[in-house]
Amino acid sequence: MSPSINSVDTCWLLVSSSFVFFMIVGLAFFYAGLVRKKNALNTMMMSFIPMGIVSITWALIGYSLAYSDGNLFIGGLDFAFMNGVGLEATEDGGIPRILDFLFQGTFAIITTALISGAVVERIHFRAYMLFIFIWSILVYAPMAKWVWGGGLFEHLWLGQAIDFAGGTVVHINAAISAVVLSLFIGKRKDIGKLAMLPHQVPFTLLGAGILWFGWFGFNGGSAYAANAEAALAMANTLLAPAAAIICWSLLDCLYTKRVTAVGLATSIIVGLVAITPGAGLMSPLSAILIGALSTFPCYFIIMWRSRTAFDDSLDVFGAHGLGGIVGSLLTGLFISKAWGSEVDGSYLQVLVQAIAVIIAIGYSAVMTYIIASLINLVIPFRVEENAEKQGLDIAMHGEEAYTEGEGALLILERDSLAVKNLAEQNL
Amino acid sequence: MKLITAIIRKEKLNDVLEALFDVEVQGLTVSKVIGHGGEAEKIETYRGTTVKIGLTEKIKIEIGVSDHFEERTIQSILKSAKTGEVGDGKIFVSPIEKVYRIRTGEEDEEAVTPR
Repeated sequence: MSPSINSVDTCWLLVSSSFVFFMIVGLAFFYAGLVRKKNALNTMMMSFIPMGIVSITWALIGYSLAYSDGNLFIGGLDFAFMNGVGLEATEDGGIPRILDFLFQGTFAIITTALISGAVVERIHFRAYMLFIFIWSILVYAPMAKWVWGGGLFEHLWLGQAIDFAGGTVVHINAAISAVVLSLFIGKRKDIGKLAMLPHQVPFTLLGAGILWFGWFGFNGGSAYAANAEAALAMANTLLAPAAAIICWSLLDCLYTKRVTAVGLATSIIVGLVAITPGAGLMSPLSAILIGALSTFPCYFIIMWRSRTAFDDSLDVFGAHGLGGIVGSLLTGLFISKAWGSEVDGSYLQVLVQAIAVIIAIGYSAVMTYIIASLINLVIPFRVEENAEKQGLDIAMHGEEAYTEGEGALLILERDSLAVKNLAEQNL
Repeated sequence: MKLITAIIRKEKLNDVLEALFDVEVQGLTVSKVIGHGGEAEKIETYRGTTVKIGLTEKIKIEIGVSDHFEERTIQSILKSAKTGEVGDGKIFVSPIEKVYRIRTGEEDEEAVTPR
């Protein structure tokens, strides 16, 4: 008999999908608050454009490469063009195939959007669009296969790497690609010359709050059922960032004498990232410990990074990369049979986790470099110096985030030729 | 005594301030202004409404100086605010009739910050 659909589990995954989708909006606000006023729209657009592009690549081929039968490294084309992605239950049972497609699709979008944080205020929007189109197919989909589609990471030499909700494929993957892309494009012209301050810190706090909210669906939904494991994952999603907030605040007190808002927003993300790989598989006390421990390397790397010329502008590596690595390794130690894991934590498991982390880092670094080099032959990745000075809102989109319309003259049909000439000059 | 009014590019403010502090000009007022000075106009489109932004955001710096500070103040602004492109701005110099320092009641040369 073919597996049947469980309507309770289906209900939970439907809700979770919406939660994860909302994280993209949170990310847009989180990032936008941290950039300068003249780049606010462009920064938000880089989180919003994957909603369009990655949804479609996921439907055309991404989902198939990640979840259809194939070899250890990449799925086949059985589900390409949504072929066979229908109302029937998946092999594991519980939910319809089309819902699996939807839920995992939202992960693909948010992961891709994460990359933009390292390259804000200077990347050419059209090059970015082309990049995420290719990246979501060639980098995200195969790694999703390794982690969740019965691929490489489930059959490593020493055992199976544990990644509950996407520490490697989502956070390490996005962060390493972000680092490589940032180095490829180079630092912003104003680095080391001007003080570049966040233009709207309340946006960043709002974004961090929305991300945390959405993360309940991200981790809770990854249990793939409305059960105790999902409940544990969600409780841990509350506790790990909570511990991270406390540790980060104490470090802030120690080093800058004040608890900072941008710091608090960052610590929420670090705690969330760290608990992601083992959310539904460890005790709540372990989750608190993982949230607390993850803050130390992230805090010091982020403090150090801002004094260097390495322009990972919004610290994608410091938060997602390092948080993901620490979380993945500690997951190997903290998972416990008493809390639903198939194996207990051990140093051997940490080693397995480390192998998965290293493979993930290597693959995203190499692939990102290749994709970026190829795109750079077609569209220059970096905007002109004037555009960078003027701000990418006007240069890339012809819009401003905050305008009162002072000095704006309406252009009528008869002026349209003049407009065309001017618009071309602006490019 | 002279009142030096400089209209400069927004992004040049930091450079200009640094240059002024270097020559010990410390008393000044900065305001955000908008104006038109022959720069290329920007085209923006919002849902089919296309507009030409004729005014550009600028920074106005006002400095009251004693006569022997006039030249070095002007020279440091000329040097630090220049990019060579249209839109670098202007410097206006005008005579001042009277200056008072509110805290002490001092007048004229005694009252301007670079004496």
